[in-house]
Amino acid sequence: MKTLKTYAILYLVFLYAPIFLLPLFAFNTSTIIAFPLTGFTTEWFTALLDITEMHNALFNSFKIAVTSAVLATIFGIFGAMASTRYHFPGQKGIMGFIMLPLVLPEIIVAVSLLVVILKLGMSTGSWSVIAGHTLICTPFAIAILNSAFAALDPSLEEAAYDLGETRASTFRRVTLPLVMPGIVSALLISFTISMDEFIIAFFLTGADPTLPVYLFSMLRFPKLLPAVMALGTILVVLSILLITIAEIFRRRGAKRAGLKDTGGFL
Amino acid sequence: MTIKAKPERKPLISLQNIQKHYGEYHALRGINLEIGEGEFFSLLGPSGCGKTTLLRTIAGFEDIDSGSVMLAGKDMMGVPANKRPTNMVFQSYAIFPHLTVAENVAFGLRKSPMSKAEKAEAAEAALNMVGLSGYGTRAAHALSGGQRQRVALARALVLKPKVLLLDEPLSALDRKMREQMQVELIKLQREVGITFILVTHDQEEALVMSDRIAVMFEGEIAQCDDPEVLYRCPKTKRVADFIGVMNFLPATCRNEGGKKIVNIVGLGETEITEEQCPEGFPEGAATVGFRPETLTILYDTQTPTHREAPAMIEEVVYYGDMTYYDVKFDGVDTPVRLSMRNLFGRDVLEVGTRARISWSPGALVVFG
Amino acid sequence: MMTTGEKLRRFFRTDQGVGLLLVSPTALYALLLLAVPLIAIVVISFLTQTGVRDFAPGLSLVNYKEALSDPLYRELMLRSLMVSGSVTVVTVLLAFPIAYFVSFGVKPEQKSLWIFLITIPFWTSYLIRVFLWKVILGYNGVLNSGLKLVGIIDEPLTFILYNVNAVIITLAHAYAPFAILPIFVALEKIDRSYLEASRDLGESRTMTFLRVTLPLAAPGVVAAVLIVFIPTIGDYVTPKLVGGPGGTMIANMIQTQFLRLNNAPLGATLAVLAMLIVAVIAIVFLIVGYRAAGGGKKGGRG
Repeated sequence: MKTLKTYAILYLVFLYAPIFLLPLFAFNTSTIIAFPLTGFTTEWFTALLDITEMHNALFNSFKIAVTSAVLATIFGIFGAMASTRYHFPGQKGIMGFIMLPLVLPEIIVAVSLLVVILKLGMSTGSWSVIAGHTLICTPFAIAILNSAFAALDPSLEEAAYDLGETRASTFRRVTLPLVMPGIVSALLISFTISMDEFIIAFFLTGADPTLPVYLFSMLRFPKLLPAVMALGTILVVLSILLITIAEIFRRRGAKRAGLKDTGGFL
Repeated sequence: MTIKAKPERKPLISLQNIQKHYGEYHALRGINLEIGEGEFFSLLGPSGCGKTTLLRTIAGFEDIDSGSVMLAGKDMMGVPANKRPTNMVFQSYAIFPHLTVAENVAFGLRKSPMSKAEKAEAAEAALNMVGLSGYGTRAAHALSGGQRQRVALARALVLKPKVLLLDEPLSALDRKMREQMQVELIKLQREVGITFILVTHDQEEALVMSDRIAVMFEGEIAQCDDPEVLYRCPKTKRVADFIGVMNFLPATCRNEGGKKIVNIVGLGETEITEEQCPEGFPEGAATVGFRPETLTILYDTQTPTHREAPAMIEEVVYYGDMTYYDVKFDGVDTPVRLSMRNLFGRDVLEVGTRARISWSPGALVVFG
Repeated sequence: MMTTGEKLRRFFRTDQGVGLLLVSPTALYALLLLAVPLIAIVVISFLTQTGVRDFAPGLSLVNYKEALSDPLYRELMLRSLMVSGSVTVVTVLLAFPIAYFVSFGVKPEQKSLWIFLITIPFWTSYLIRVFLWKVILGYNGVLNSGLKLVGIIDEPLTFILYNVNAVIITLAHAYAPFAILPIFVALEKIDRSYLEASRDLGESRTMTFLRVTLPLAAPGVVAAVLIVFIPTIGDYVTPKLVGGPGGTMIANMIQTQFLRLNNAPLGATLAVLAMLIVAVIAIVFLIVGYRAAGGGKKGGRG
């Protein structure tokens, strides 16, 4: 186990190495991303404030991510409730199909949506990115919410109903509060996925780029690279923050339901 | 034929020819039953016999194929569970984990016209009734199994239902706690005076607690009687086998000028009464059943009060207060079980000892 | 007799009906935005482009002939398969010891922390992670400049730069959590008393691992292989950023056909072919894996 532990720690270093490099060069004075480091500066961060196109892209991404996260979570609630509570004909096939985007290469999702949109004579835009992101976020939302709903004892809902509540007020007074941590977690995860997603946005974004698409276009200009590092630092810190909050909510939910924590989202 | 409530009790629940299928599976096969006001009634049977389905039918959680549920003279057809004057204690207790004990107990009072203070008072009174006064502010998930059980009871009783439905409420508790809760439930039922319907697979629990017990097999009621009648005079061999321990020995029956004579292998002939033949007097081959406690080992000084037969002790199981012996009557291959209290100064006999066994013809039950 | 309407109403009050009703919004969404587009792309792969948005009438196999005969497409397809195959092998081999360590060598209360640490990088921007590898592996990149600085090398290493190797390293890094999680889950499911039983029956630690742990972890390994292999074949960003001309893959060509050459039918054909090949390989792998894991034996794991 000792050798394994050393290996595991080395592996973690390998996993995190690229991310640790980000702030190193984001605060480095040199425009060339290479060792040795030349000095400390925050100018690349302040430079970000002047790029208005980036601000538009950020706002666009935020709008898309919020909408996709809400839609994916709503679809996720329906899907997770159906698959954990009920047995219906064709359940495996239907759920398998809904979860398919988890393994399907994103470029396939992107081009197939693009083809249909163009064929229908519509033009791409934020809405089509939202449509695509909702599709790929829904399986993640379902995976998270499945465990939230599975942890919920069905007799709790029956008890509320037996004590005089209606189906709707049972959902509001019992089901919702108990799966709320799962819902928050699903929202945050979906938001993060949408915020970071590149391929689908690249194909479907139309005239208003999302932040990753804009960032991709920045990569062609070497002089912008330090600014990319700065922006990347912000995005990575934000992602880690959101994911940590999501994890805290998921654990709280598991604890509330009196479950032993099994760890991990998937 | 409907099983009527006892004449001294006003019927409260009336179930008429209830049929229920789950797909191909016939879960309830024509249940006809009346349950009286203030009765402690048990539905007893092995798992899958339909007892929980029947309870949930009364609660309004199950749609039935046909038949009717009448509650206090009203047809419950189309009345959903949240509108019925019944409340349920769930097997898992279903204590809401996100609420405190008091919030759990007051959960069903939300729509009641009582003031906030009155609601809190009612909840506290209900908690007091189940021995949990002062627990109101505790978090629900911090409770022990027995405490959850009490909260579930308080939560249901605070709504003053006409019927309290209990779905295997004691099965999650350990043995000591279970025995304590049995006594408390009986006291509680006497105190509130409403009808309790208990679902259980534990025959001992049903015998201890109930005014009447319905034994169910495969979606049908096999027998519905007082605990004592049920124990002493089971109507079928299957019921006899399910309730407690019953020894069976082969026998032959014949009618001799109005006298019912049964000849039991190894024990000889005896006359029996009509009441001892719940399925009617079978002429020819039959089976006789008798409980372990109706047999007694005769120690040297004792003379038999009933009949006597020699036997060999095959197995001894010592329980502290009791000893169970498996004995073989001379000339009989099947061992029968008998129980003896371990009185002071009385030795526990060893395997292989020969003994004289006293048996009472009046305690026999004869099946066809 | 019940009318059809009444029958339907009855059905939607049963468990099955309610379940179907509940899943329908999500299923409908997947149907409209996934099934329909996937069917559309298959249909379009049989068309030929004539104008910006116009297709010639009638279906033909022209695109398939071109895709299968042109050496460029063939090479791209083979390279994509080779890359995702290598990535899969590397990722799963590197991931198994980690999953094993977290499942068997970490205290139960620390397991979720480890899993969380392993998954965090996955949730950060994929684009930025790939770009960072470009920065790390580049000619004057972090690795080369760092190694030069400490005097290990004099000239920059070139074998990890703008080629297939760079693509494989980057993808192996990106898909690490995908491989670890299913294996970890499978290992967690193993009842520890099986291992004690094996030891009790006289097997060594190594043999217990080979005869008990590994066969029981097989479903997790199979899942890990598929979950890495299938998406990597369609990866676009990594070959684009770190692959150089010799490291491009089929997804880059699909993008070129759609967005640059405006030949959607050929792009669709390449996409369909890529999916088909992946599906066939995945199914063959599943069947072989099932057989090897002793599938079909009585009492086998369901």
